[in-house]
Amino acid sequence: MRHVHGWLLLTPAAILLVSFTHYPTIATVINSFFSKGNSVRPSRFIGLGNYEAMTQDPIFWKVLFNNMWFALGTIPTSIGLAIIMALAVNRAMPGRSFVRMAYFTPTILPMIAVANIWLFFYSPDIGLIDQITGWFGFSSHNWLGDPDTVLSSIIVMTVWKEAGFFMIFYLAALQHIPPELGEAAKLEGASRWYYFRRVVFPLLMPTTLFVLINAVLNSFKLVDHLFVLTKGGPDNASNLLLYYIFENAFSYFDTNYAATLTVVLLGLLAVMALVQFFVLDRRIHYR
Amino acid sequence: MTGIRISNLVKQWDDVRAVDDVSFDVPQGRLTVLLGPSGCGKSTILRMIAGLEDASAGEILIDGRDVTREDPSRRGVSMVFQSYALFPHLSVRENILFGLKVRRVPVAEQEKRLAEAAHMVGLGDLLDRKPANLSGGQRQRVALSRTIVANQPVCLMDEPLSNLDAKLRAEMRDEICALQRKLALTMVYVTHDQIEAMSMADQVVLLKDGQVEQTGTPSELYEMPRTTFAAGFLGMPPMNVLRMDQLSGAGMPKGAVPKAEPGCMLGIRPEHIRIAGKGLPVEVASTDYMGAETVLRLRHADEVVMARIHGRPQVVAGDRLNIAWAADEIHVFDETGTRRGSPDT
Ligand SMILES: Nc1ncnc2c1ncn2[C@@H]1O[C@H](COP(=O)(O)OP(=O)(O)OP(=O)(O)O)[C@@H](O)[C@H]1O
Ligand SMILES: [Mg+2]
Repeated sequence: MRHVHGWLLLTPAAILLVSFTHYPTIATVINSFFSKGNSVRPSRFIGLGNYEAMTQDPIFWKVLFNNMWFALGTIPTSIGLAIIMALAVNRAMPGRSFVRMAYFTPTILPMIAVANIWLFFYSPDIGLIDQITGWFGFSSHNWLGDPDTVLSSIIVMTVWKEAGFFMIFYLAALQHIPPELGEAAKLEGASRWYYFRRVVFPLLMPTTLFVLINAVLNSFKLVDHLFVLTKGGPDNASNLLLYYIFENAFSYFDTNYAATLTVVLLGLLAVMALVQFFVLDRRIHYR
Repeated sequence: MTGIRISNLVKQWDDVRAVDDVSFDVPQGRLTVLLGPSGCGKSTILRMIAGLEDASAGEILIDGRDVTREDPSRRGVSMVFQSYALFPHLSVRENILFGLKVRRVPVAEQEKRLAEAAHMVGLGDLLDRKPANLSGGQRQRVALSRTIVANQPVCLMDEPLSNLDAKLRAEMRDEICALQRKLALTMVYVTHDQIEAMSMADQVVLLKDGQVEQTGTPSELYEMPRTTFAAGFLGMPPMNVLRMDQLSGAGMPKGAVPKAEPGCMLGIRPEHIRIAGKGLPVEVASTDYMGAETVLRLRHADEVVMARIHGRPQVVAGDRLNIAWAADEIHVFDETGTRRGSPDT
């Protein structure tokens, strides 16, 4: 009897997990082995054919590199900023809760709204950035229309959005560090930088690992900003892996190629999560 | 020469005066205990000596040098925190060496001091452990080692034993005393535990509501309490402080109950009370048998009198008996609670 109750309690979660996580994953993998079908030629099994086509696809390589640059551009900067902001607001000062909230605001805004705000910032001539640079005599620039600046523009916006979110985790972690540690260090004459380097930063490592995994996942999950801001353009200069999958599936209706790309994305994410857990975890002190 | 001189020290938070015009001297190479109930400002005074808190007014002199505005690391003090303040991610070795590395002490010297300190407190084979894998007593020893290697003339301790169990506490008490003597440290030790104060101190500074109530050796405080507060704070159970107009000296030795004046109080230690044929009539409220002695709770009119009687007296609750004490064991306090005839009244 006890077994039955146990299984009954597990069933709703199990059904959800299987139907929305496990089944789609497996179906995706299977799909990736089939060719694109149409009314004349039905879909058929082609083994690794899609994967071969993928390696020949210049756009695939482009979005993969874009994604790598995007990850390298956003992750260290937003984590660094998050730590600095958390340190800044983790002490007694007037208007502390206001500042904390101000840092956190980008996170609570809906993605689409954020994208629209930044669309205004980046617009040529009338946009905020161009108006400000205009005062100093710089000529106007189409930030999102220039293949050389579009990815950096997206990176800046993403950092702006993520840093405040990560700050909350760092703030929570900082508040768990007993103030006596800082006092003990102060009595020995440790500078604030020395104390940060030898004590605070190592004690924040569990948070950093957590934030890092989230940041990596986010950098591969970004799709809504691109949708509003650039649609991946110009000339795929701001196209990222997930958006490319989206395009293949819903613009070109090549669901099998989209499935192939998805398998690659899943593989990449799994490898990165494993590396982070197993390599970094060993060096981290958990309390 | 003076180790530490505190004069007219004040600490004012927004609306709380945590330390109110406190002055006392800490003799060099001696152990001074700051004693007082919770919230009386002991930690605040200690933290001001360390420089972790700014003084609102007053002066702190260490070895004759005014350090009131000096940086904490240049005051020549080390400190043991109640929570030990060990760095959880560093090994015992790194914890002990932390200060020396900050101060850029040469490596050979570091190793020498580490070995000495570890030997002195018996941490030899634990140097590679993390603090989380140590017992409370071992963590305490790591904290002590940090003080030892720091080689500072002044050592400050804020209730370092309060997280330990009773047996370990007694053990560490002796060890801290031995260490203090061996290194001739000028030590300021904060506690609210009168047993620690009595057994360790060369000098006790008794505090109440941010003010110094009395300063002296443990025996001075015990034998000549300057106020009823001091009388009631030391001793287990504390001194009986009785309203004099409630007592009559009938049947007592001459002088055991002086002539009553309005508001005057008579203090008598529980161990000086004996059961007598004639004397003050009381009713036994309860008895606490402790082995070597028995503590009696006695009632006389509205007053409660505690008495410590040797061995196991044949009394039970409800018995009526008479008690008496010798005339030279009494303490007399006036209506403000100050000792009669004490020098500064
Ligand atoms: N940062 C602060 N802000 C405001 N008031 C404070 C602050 N720190 C301490 N106080 C107040 O100062 C008074 C003395 O505090 P302190 O910590 O020195 O007491 P203590 O004698 O060490 O007590 P305990 O035995 O409980 O540790 C208390 O009333 C406390 O509430
Ligand atoms: Mg305290």
